[in-house]
Amino acid sequence: MSEHSMNDIKSHVKVYMIVFAVLAVLTMVTVAASYLNLSTGEAIFLALTIASIKGSLVASYFMHLISEKALITWILMLTLAFFFVLMFIPTISFFDWVNIS
Amino acid sequence: MEIPYTIEERPDTGLINSKLGIWLFLASEVMLFGGLFSAYVFLRLGAPAGAFHEWGQELNIPLATLNTLILISSSVTMVMSWASLKMNDFKKYKLYMGLTLLCALGFLVIKYFEYTAKFHHGIFPGTNTFMSIYFTLTGLHGLHIIGGMIVNGYFLGSGSKMWTTEPEHFTNRIEIAGLYWHFVDLVWIFLFPVLYLL
Repeated sequence: MSEHSMNDIKSHVKVYMIVFAVLAVLTMVTVAASYLNLSTGEAIFLALTIASIKGSLVASYFMHLISEKALITWILMLTLAFFFVLMFIPTISFFDWVNIS
Repeated sequence: MEIPYTIEERPDTGLINSKLGIWLFLASEVMLFGGLFSAYVFLRLGAPAGAFHEWGQELNIPLATLNTLILISSSVTMVMSWASLKMNDFKKYKLYMGLTLLCALGFLVIKYFEYTAKFHHGIFPGTNTFMSIYFTLTGLHGLHIIGGMIVNGYFLGSGSKMWTTEPEHFTNRIEIAGLYWHFVDLVWIFLFPVLYLL
């Protein structure tokens, strides 16, 4: 292996350690926040925001998405779109229920 | 027969086949867990106001926090095992892969204690809708941990012989196994706040 890519990996390792530290801190933050007296809406927003940041860090750096080929990004964007459709479907039933009574 | 494009990138996709394959698999996994997250939203909206939060109080937050940290650590050791191979350090690879498996085992042991504590208190999947989706989601996630342990265990054991004959191919295999493992970690990152904290 060439000297250049060896140094590349070494700088990657540094990034992995920083990401690890940030993930650990965010875990403690989200747990601490759950003990605050937030309204349900605020609590859901905060918890999901922190989880999304953590998830993006894992996907970007550990899964190397930040430097991955465009084809994979497109596949994932399509997947994400369908994922949000799935998340939206239950709310339809919620509004429907209001109309029955 | 040789498997095509395990080291060389396929010209039209720009990727090795196994990487495209694992990402398509992970996309299907997003939909699998997505369906269950969707069920969670459905059940939460259908439950009496505040009931989901109340039913969730039975869960052990400190243990789940510890498990979150263990799983994050295992993700780091997994990526370090791949980086070690990239740096031609097979001994370190074995160390980090071993640590990854140890973390996975630790996660499952804690999960076992959590489950048995619930059963001991007479809490089962049928107790309420929160517990049914809790056991379904964490159970499916636990199965994914076991699946990852089998693959990683193979690459730590007899599968690692490939390093001496085809080091590049082996390094790519570890990267692919790592992508799956990080995904399992990623799912837990969302499961933890949704089930334990909200």
